[in-house]
Amino acid sequence: MMILSGDGPRSKALSALLIVIVLVLALAPFLFPGAKPANVAANICISVLLVASYDLLLGYAGIVSFAHVMFFGIGAYGVAIALYGLGASWGALALGVLAAIPVSVVLALAIGLFSLRVQTIFFAMMTLAVAYAFNVLASQLSWLTGGEDGRSFQVPEILRPGFKLFEGDVFGVAISGRVLSYYLVFVVCALLFLVLLRIVNSPFGRVLQAIRENPFRAEALGYRIVFHRTLATCLSAAGATAAGALSALWLHYTGPDTALSFSIQIDVLVIVVIGGMGSMYGAIAGAAVFVLAQNYLQALMGKLSSAAADAGLPLLPGLFHPDRWLLWLGLMFILAVYFVPTGIVGRLRGRG
Amino acid sequence: MSVIDAGAALPRQRIDILPALTPLLVALVAAPFIGSASTFVTLTLAGLAMGMMIFTMASGLTLVFGLMDVLNFGHGAFISLGAYVATLVLLPLAGWSQADSLGANLAVLLLALLAASLVCGAVGFVFERVLVKPVYGQHLKQIMVTIGGAIVAEQLLYALFGPEFIPLPLPASLRGSFILGNAAIEKYRIAATIVGLAVFAGQMLILNRTKIGLLIRAGVENREMVEALGYRIDRLFIGVFMAGSALAGLGGVLWALYREQVHASMGAELLVLTFIVIIIGGLGSVGGCFIGSILVALIANYAGFLVPKLALVSNILLMVVVLLWRPRGLYPVSGR
Amino acid sequence: MSAGLILQGVHTHIGRYHILQGVDLVAPEGETTMLLGRNGAGKTTALRTIMGLWRASQGAVMLDGAPIAALHASAIARAGVAYVPETMAVFSDLSVKENLVLAARDGPLDDVRIEWIFGFFPALRKFWLSRAGTLSGGQKQMLSIARAIVEPRRLLLIDEPTKGLAPAIIGALIDCLKEIKRTGVTILLVEQNFRVAQEVGDHVRVMDGGRIIHQGAMAALAADSALQSRLLGLSLDAHQ
Repeated sequence: MMILSGDGPRSKALSALLIVIVLVLALAPFLFPGAKPANVAANICISVLLVASYDLLLGYAGIVSFAHVMFFGIGAYGVAIALYGLGASWGALALGVLAAIPVSVVLALAIGLFSLRVQTIFFAMMTLAVAYAFNVLASQLSWLTGGEDGRSFQVPEILRPGFKLFEGDVFGVAISGRVLSYYLVFVVCALLFLVLLRIVNSPFGRVLQAIRENPFRAEALGYRIVFHRTLATCLSAAGATAAGALSALWLHYTGPDTALSFSIQIDVLVIVVIGGMGSMYGAIAGAAVFVLAQNYLQALMGKLSSAAADAGLPLLPGLFHPDRWLLWLGLMFILAVYFVPTGIVGRLRGRG
Repeated sequence: MSVIDAGAALPRQRIDILPALTPLLVALVAAPFIGSASTFVTLTLAGLAMGMMIFTMASGLTLVFGLMDVLNFGHGAFISLGAYVATLVLLPLAGWSQADSLGANLAVLLLALLAASLVCGAVGFVFERVLVKPVYGQHLKQIMVTIGGAIVAEQLLYALFGPEFIPLPLPASLRGSFILGNAAIEKYRIAATIVGLAVFAGQMLILNRTKIGLLIRAGVENREMVEALGYRIDRLFIGVFMAGSALAGLGGVLWALYREQVHASMGAELLVLTFIVIIIGGLGSVGGCFIGSILVALIANYAGFLVPKLALVSNILLMVVVLLWRPRGLYPVSGR
Repeated sequence: MSAGLILQGVHTHIGRYHILQGVDLVAPEGETTMLLGRNGAGKTTALRTIMGLWRASQGAVMLDGAPIAALHASAIARAGVAYVPETMAVFSDLSVKENLVLAARDGPLDDVRIEWIFGFFPALRKFWLSRAGTLSGGQKQMLSIARAIVEPRRLLLIDEPTKGLAPAIIGALIDCLKEIKRTGVTILLVEQNFRVAQEVGDHVRVMDGGRIIHQGAMAALAADSALQSRLLGLSLDAHQ
């Protein structure tokens, strides 16, 4: 339990689900060889980190931010700009990450100090506006960011698909740079997840929750609300930046659509709610369910759509068109907010 | 009994004029940089027109927030919806709108504005009852549910009207420009300005001269006391929500005609703009929203001419400057 | 006796806190009943519960024989209850006149009644068109009370009207309360200032820990200083 900071899943069903997810992710390159499963698995890992860092803010501190994707983008662009400009070296990668994190933290600090004194809703609007402006800025500064086209770049050699760690196969799978990349993503996400788990179970995390429950009481007890909330914002931003860096490293590409799009922000919000707000484990369960659904349900929707079209039904083909995936996601999201506010974690812990 | 007012100095009526002068100030500062008088006039009038359109969309949002503390992230969907409804009127009646008759042109335009307002008001009623009402007073859920509503609404618009941009030509007599001296003034901008000003005047009249308006202003400040005086603030609120949605739709039509095209993504983009405007104006203040809209639009136009790269982020910079000056916006509403 | 205000076993919870723990109270019709007690005894919560701004979790509230506990605050107001909160809650963005126009929900302002109000609150005439936010604290209190009596009501709930006011103004307020009482309205008045309570009260109820711990005639309590210090303790001295 030490590694889990004394905050276990506290439910057999939830433990079983988490163990399955983590084991499958750990063995993914061997269980499901191929490009698509690898993408899905890496996507889940990165989402877990991105969502867990968002939950620190939303679930634990009760702060609604729409700038989380901006911090994700800063990480992704940091890596992209460094590797694109300086060449595919580990030094450039380190520089990109080490430059991106302070940028995110300072920006988070500024936003936090500026708007956390007032209502939740004000912070939500501010972050939305700032994230939007950042998105516009990233598309405009094309000399730096590649504009709408983004930046494709090379990664250090041992992470490239062509690289082979051994001559032979391991359990029938060649250990390519792609597999190594996956394990880099997996290990960093797992470690940072455990760090976040430690943070929310520290005295700091408990103060955050006390502030969320009753700000006036917390203030009367002598906790500095703005300090704690701002620190949470900064930590959360750093987590998102790391996720963005990993995402860029995995994709070998960073552009507005993959790093800054508002739909990523929506996905994060949806995953937090589906998984269960205020529980780090919700990030794992939510991200796994969401990413799998995103990748495999769209195919199902396509089939339903053409079936409805063949049957000559009105409107339904349009509603089930794979591009309308967000429609069903939005409906699911609303229903989840109303009827399953504690998410998968809450349900499995029997408090649904 | 004279003891009550003995010693009580006549309280001075403080009218806070300074924020209202900021657009003028901005124009005065920008003028020398722009140089040419005709360009300045064109840019300023374009800014005013754009400001009036933004105001039309944003004013409902600020009242809805002021009255019930509800921040409707679905507001943008009503902007798009209004624009799509306008295509349903203007495109089939293209004969009227493209006829060489000012009367027919205006009639069809008014019909489109009316239809958009009515549909958006009605959908606003459903949206409020189904999504907003169950989560009164719960900010977190409110934000999430209205975002969910915005996503669903946007996707439904795509499903109903298709994902392509729909061209929406201006009525014939509103195309082109007047020439005033050396400055070209687009006719449509004048029309949009008139509609926006009418909306502002109407709101001011209702808020200051009718009992409903008094109730809204009182409710923005202290809704509990309004209830303790015997009024149902929830009924008042749904009315304001419907009116706000209708105005969003109206603004959506104006904006779509200005851009001469309709797409469901316009709502999300304009939502950000309306948020910025109501933050700058002071949440809950219609007058602040009016000044904020003009400021944002003027600066966007001036910046677009002077430093095009900065134009798209100019409103964020403006917001930061305003909030550094007045942390609760130009006209903070008392009681919140 | 069914006229006036009656509370029977009223419990009110606010969040996790159990504030009113079985309040039994009678405020006889047409008379002024004082509600005294230390800070935190539950006096304001009692008024807010009667007004419907907090929901009683248990118990009955009867106004002239009709149950009102289940009604919405606005319906309770329409049943003839008016509330002057401790914060005064004047609408500071509205003028004095507009505040009163809203309070007169049954129709236009009644000129005779307005003159009657001006009689004891001349400041309101003077600042008739000024924004209420610009009034002084005492004037806001006048406006808040004026709002409650701008039309005839059956029950007035008034929460600490003299709090923070200068002594001269308190004197005027006492006269005003006596004048209002003459119209036959039932008054339930929370007051920390014992001198004011003694001047205007017919009956007294003392609260502590969310319950009524004493009911009786105001004059009897005023005459019994041992009972006063037992019931009201230090809070009495602090306000004298």
